[in-house]
Amino acid sequence: MFVINCPYCGEREQSEFKAGGEAHIIRPKQPTELSDDQWAEYLFMRKNIKGIQFERWVHTHGCRKWFNVVRDTSNDVIKAVYKMGEKPPTK
Amino acid sequence: MTKNLRVKTSKFIDETYKISFKFNGKTYYGYKGDTLASALLANDIHLVGRSFKYHRPRGIMTAGSEEPNAIVQLHNNTSRTEPNVRATEIEIYEGLEASSQNCWPSVNFDIGGINNFLSPVLPAGFYYKTFMWPASFWEKYEYFIRKSAGLGKSPIEPDPDIYEHKYIHCDVLIIGAGIAGILAAKTAAKNGYKTLLVDEKPYLGGSTIYQNSEHFKISNQISSSWLEKEINEIKKIKNLEIKIRTSVAAYHGYNFLLARENLTDHIPLEQRSNKIRHRLLKIRAKKVITATGSLERPLIFDNNDRPGILLCSAIEKYANFYGVACGEKNVLFTNNDSAYETAISLYQKGINVEAIIDSREETDSKLIKETEKNSIKVYKGYTVVDTYGYKRINKVSIMQLSKDGQKAIGSKISISCDCLGISGGWTPAVHLFTQSGGKLKFKDEDQVFIPNIYPSDQISIGSCNGEFTLDEIFSTVPKTLKEFLNLKKTDYEDLEIKSSFNKSKRNIWLLPSEKIIGKTKPFVDYQNDATAKDIKLALREGFRSIEHVKRYTTTGMGTDQGKLGNMHALGIISETTGSKMGELGTTTFRPPYTPLTFGTIVGRNVGEYFDVFRKTPIHEWHIENKAEFENVGQWKRPWYYPKNGENMHDAVQRESKAARDSAGILDASTLGKIDIQGTDASEFLNRVYTNSWSKLAIGKCRYGLMLNEDGMVYDDGVTTRLDENHYIMTTTTGGAATVLGKLEDYLQTEWPELDVYLTSVTDHYATVSVCGPNSKKIVSQVIPDLDFSDENFPHMTFRNAKISNIKCRVMRISFTGEHSYEINIQANYGKSVWEKCMEVGKEFNITPYGTETMHLLRAEKGFIIVGQDTDATMTPVDLQMDWIVSKKKYDFIGKRSLYRSDTIREDRKQLVGLLTENPNEVLEEGAQIVADIKKTPIEMLGHVTSSYYSPNLKKSIALGVVKSGKNMIGQKLVIPMKNKQINVTVADPVFLDKENKRLNA
Ligand SMILES: [Zn+2]
Repeated sequence: MFVINCPYCGEREQSEFKAGGEAHIIRPKQPTELSDDQWAEYLFMRKNIKGIQFERWVHTHGCRKWFNVVRDTSNDVIKAVYKMGEKPPTK
Repeated sequence: MTKNLRVKTSKFIDETYKISFKFNGKTYYGYKGDTLASALLANDIHLVGRSFKYHRPRGIMTAGSEEPNAIVQLHNNTSRTEPNVRATEIEIYEGLEASSQNCWPSVNFDIGGINNFLSPVLPAGFYYKTFMWPASFWEKYEYFIRKSAGLGKSPIEPDPDIYEHKYIHCDVLIIGAGIAGILAAKTAAKNGYKTLLVDEKPYLGGSTIYQNSEHFKISNQISSSWLEKEINEIKKIKNLEIKIRTSVAAYHGYNFLLARENLTDHIPLEQRSNKIRHRLLKIRAKKVITATGSLERPLIFDNNDRPGILLCSAIEKYANFYGVACGEKNVLFTNNDSAYETAISLYQKGINVEAIIDSREETDSKLIKETEKNSIKVYKGYTVVDTYGYKRINKVSIMQLSKDGQKAIGSKISISCDCLGISGGWTPAVHLFTQSGGKLKFKDEDQVFIPNIYPSDQISIGSCNGEFTLDEIFSTVPKTLKEFLNLKKTDYEDLEIKSSFNKSKRNIWLLPSEKIIGKTKPFVDYQNDATAKDIKLALREGFRSIEHVKRYTTTGMGTDQGKLGNMHALGIISETTGSKMGELGTTTFRPPYTPLTFGTIVGRNVGEYFDVFRKTPIHEWHIENKAEFENVGQWKRPWYYPKNGENMHDAVQRESKAARDSAGILDASTLGKIDIQGTDASEFLNRVYTNSWSKLAIGKCRYGLMLNEDGMVYDDGVTTRLDENHYIMTTTTGGAATVLGKLEDYLQTEWPELDVYLTSVTDHYATVSVCGPNSKKIVSQVIPDLDFSDENFPHMTFRNAKISNIKCRVMRISFTGEHSYEINIQANYGKSVWEKCMEVGKEFNITPYGTETMHLLRAEKGFIIVGQDTDATMTPVDLQMDWIVSKKKYDFIGKRSLYRSDTIREDRKQLVGLLTENPNEVLEEGAQIVADIKKTPIEMLGHVTSSYYSPNLKKSIALGVVKSGKNMIGQKLVIPMKNKQINVTVADPVFLDKENKRLNA
């Protein structure tokens, strides 16, 4: 069980949080203009990386805020944590 | 008949404190400080159990938690009974009762022993090969397998003990209080770190603490005396907490560890009541120092499993620590210097050592010289080829080893004995390190795996890191600690160390005999009866991966997880396949390191604390009025209110009829309530619901359906516009938390520009729902100041009101199809409003009803329950609720998915009504619906989702989902049940009052 550094509350146990899947998937602004395939790409397709993954987490049993986490899925080491709307770290 | 093998007083045993205990029904005596194993050995008992597959007699092999054989059942047939307890770990107490496992009728005469003679037909994978075919026979085999296997019995009565969980945060955790752990604890604590030291044993000091030889000295003192002083010193350090009888079970990432602290297993049963038995420690450590030591390896040769065969280190501990001789004629068999340490210990205690068989040809160390000086015969370059004696070893035969170690040559020599010590060198206990995600490397010169890459802030020290000898420990550990703890110096530099141990070793994973392997039984995994022969067979049959060989042969799959034999399994695979040990890798070490009881894992979460539950402000009234309760999410909701011994059916029929004929009252407080405020609240609702919200007037209510982005129905409920920028949304009882979570998600991540604030107010309000033709008469008396005329207060509107001086919100909305009102009032007043309604409603026979009646009433009206009539594969169109999907709105959650190729299919399952041919026949919810019973394979068209007997319609009604059901109204279908087929007709899902006349009645 890992420790997540919530950008609003600080370090807390993983059990206080809920994972929300891959980050930076933006909901299309004009869904009606999309083909079935394009919509399916948004709706269903997710990466499943062994290594550095960008993901969304929410501090369910805390501030209820969503934020982004950069996690190495091979060893659960969290490389970075940043707020929604902020640019992902490049390194 | 029984001998006393207690040899010399040991300071760890209190011989003034005699303890009686029972083993297999017979009374024996031991002393305070004994384990069950040491006490049995003192009584000359080696045979304690039978092996798992062949039911071979087995004895005590070790003196620690790695024990594979000596596992016993404690206090059989009592509520405290426990199987698979290691006799080497349990400390004896007055009244202890232990019995052998895995034998029937007794350990001395065991019917399963016949498997031993059948073993040629019980090879590796036997169970897979035989019992899996034909599949239909499995049920028959299983009975016999279970009966003859049986690793102990679980208790059948409730556990009388108390368990507890505790969080611990520390700077440094040290696992293992052997010499390395003690050095670490003192160093960390003295330098200001908040330190926790744990050890699974009831004492500190590991194996050094009972090491009395002149050959091992620190600063010119015998190592045990030196260590004792250190221990006395660390006990005084304030920021050091020491926990004995505490076994670390799991080491997770981020230095999160679980440990079990054993508090009462060593005291008599009658002293245990009201005490905590085990405490599960949840430890979060900034730094972890693993000092878990090492486990002695056995040697693998024919019949290496007889009672009386023990690890050399165990024989040494029984002599030095417990003052017990494991035999009177001891023979030791070794490939390294450890056996000589044992021999010297035995010699010092006056215990006879007949001979030492050393597989090394040329060895030379001070230990060997001293042994030979004491006229103990040493056979160099020899191996044991066989052992004899069924329930206790009585003889070994030995032969010379060929130069390459692969053959036994020369003539056989027999040596009689009653105990054989074996030592194959040492295996670092890296279990916890690898659990934490650490990567190992193979050290060729010692033939061991040691920690290589650390995944967190941790370090391994001492023999678990391959530092086996006293001089290695003192030359390495202080340096490691300095670096790990950022220190300038430690107390342990430049100490004078004397260590006579020579590390030379002749490693032969599988020792040869004059027989072909097929005729031998060299056990690798004692508990699961896996032999070297089985491993070789698995390799011949094509298995290569160590994980596959493990499962096929069951090597390492017992309750001991193969702590003794796993390295040999790897070694044999490596030798047979010609691959390098380092490249083979190891099997995965999984938690727990030693078994945990279920009680420890659940802690206090038992009985009513198993899961938290929520009760409404009106809960007490429901209890007083004998409601039966149903769990909905975490809520306890009244299910029905049986009167005068009614059963559920009768109660629900009465309640349902009363609600339609006159008046019913329901506690609806559990419905989720979300307060929505902000200038963009209307726009927000437009985006999350399928229908349009912009034009909803203040004071009006509207039903809404919420979809997932995939177009499937997610939740539903009525939302009311309280003000220009203020709404209150209701959700289903079970969906309240997830709906709020989902709405927050969209607000924060997709639409942060919207000015909307969400607040859960579910607990803040009590909701009393009164329905039926007389509901207006009742509610208007409870709230006399409010104008209840249809003109002022029509259906689907809300009014602010006051009861006495207390503000409340009254909604005229209906889930039953009846004229009805919901009074929402601050939670504290819920019960009094409910009671007021009951009092006023008396003359109208107001009838409290529960969830079952609510479900029946809404089914009569064809209203869905999300989660009962839907299952995350139903679109609004499937539910025949097209009317609620706005065609005008550009977008809402799930809209685009409603015209994907899959969702526009005509032959999707659609919600329909079902009427049985026999109006008294009530369908079973979940029953399958078919058209043609004769067709094979029979085509399932759908299933029944809701089904009731309607007292108002005087017939059975049901809802179900059926492929293309929308176009099948009037068609006949069949519901095949176990003993009959039920004919049904597809109908409109609205069974009652299609014109909604009753809403204004
Ligand atoms: Zn937070």
